[in-house]
Amino acid sequence: MTDLPATVETIRRVREDPHRLGHRDHGPEGPVKGAGHGDTGPANKRIVVGYGFWIFLLSDIVMFSCFFAAFAVQRNATAGGPAIGQIVEMPRTALETGALLLSSYTCGLSFAATNARNKLWTQVFLLITGLLGLAFVGMELQEFISLAQQGITPQRSGFLTSFFGLVGLHGLHVTIAGLWLATMMAQVQLKGFRREIVHRLICFNLFWHALDIVWIGIFTIVYLMGIGP
Amino acid sequence: MSDLDYDPHSYEAPLDHRDDHAPGDEPGESAGHWVANSNLGLGFSVVLTVAAFVLAGSHLIYGPAIPVALLVLAVAQMGVHLVFFLHVTTGPDNTNNVLALAFGVMVVFLIVVGSIWIMNHLNQNMMPMDQLMRMQP
Repeated sequence: MTDLPATVETIRRVREDPHRLGHRDHGPEGPVKGAGHGDTGPANKRIVVGYGFWIFLLSDIVMFSCFFAAFAVQRNATAGGPAIGQIVEMPRTALETGALLLSSYTCGLSFAATNARNKLWTQVFLLITGLLGLAFVGMELQEFISLAQQGITPQRSGFLTSFFGLVGLHGLHVTIAGLWLATMMAQVQLKGFRREIVHRLICFNLFWHALDIVWIGIFTIVYLMGIGP
Repeated sequence: MSDLDYDPHSYEAPLDHRDDHAPGDEPGESAGHWVANSNLGLGFSVVLTVAAFVLAGSHLIYGPAIPVALLVLAVAQMGVHLVFFLHVTTGPDNTNNVLALAFGVMVVFLIVVGSIWIMNHLNQNMMPMDQLMRMQP
């Protein structure tokens, strides 16, 4: 095959695989070390770590889907208690959504700063991300407390169990991610952009964005569809 | 086997376009590109979110179509997040990521739609609760 002139080889390949699906650009001949192709050993650690965390995130989203399914099934099982339309407060939901969306944005900016190896801006954007996440968790706690004061607790009805379960699970994720963020800021400060620190920042970014994606589902299915007819 | 002028296993070496990519990661990208992507993502997300909040509980469109419209907006926004924040693309370097995502979406779909489907049928075919209680000895 390699005996053919380059042009003939190219024509053959284009004819057999016009869109070059699953192929790389032309690099050096042979598989590339560290790319995870061919018999050159496992992929770069950065890829393995990020991909592994991606798989974990997908499993986390599968878990959330179980809570979504429970909510969808129990939505009308109010047992004479309050229905979804009666416990939703749109202004607070809008503020929560805004806070989480902005925090996702600043999280992306922090990773841009990480790519530029700029410690100051990485820290600044991580701090803003954390404060916005804190505001989100605070608003959600306030919502839960005010509901509890009206006697609206998870044990009231099947609907409320699934509501507090779904929204609470997401709030718990944001809280834990906030703790992670604080430790990441400390690690960036003390250890700098070492290889494994950057890997952890990649994972943290993925986690934070995934939380925002789950929140899109929650504010749409629980809150916005709750106030409709 | 190629001899690269850098060690691909060390982080300092730039990832190049022949490597696979993890989500949320791209090779040799300038910070400016990340910022531009983030700006675009935020812009699209704000538009979609505001549209959803305005649409919910309004009479702008045919009432029963509102939940469908809200779901469409939500899926669109998830797509925006995946592309602009998580940097998942359709490129060959992203094949693994997209395949894993597709599998995840399939499982989510099965769980949610399956639950709703089964429980609805159960609900319709079950004897009403008061009759069931009267049958108890």
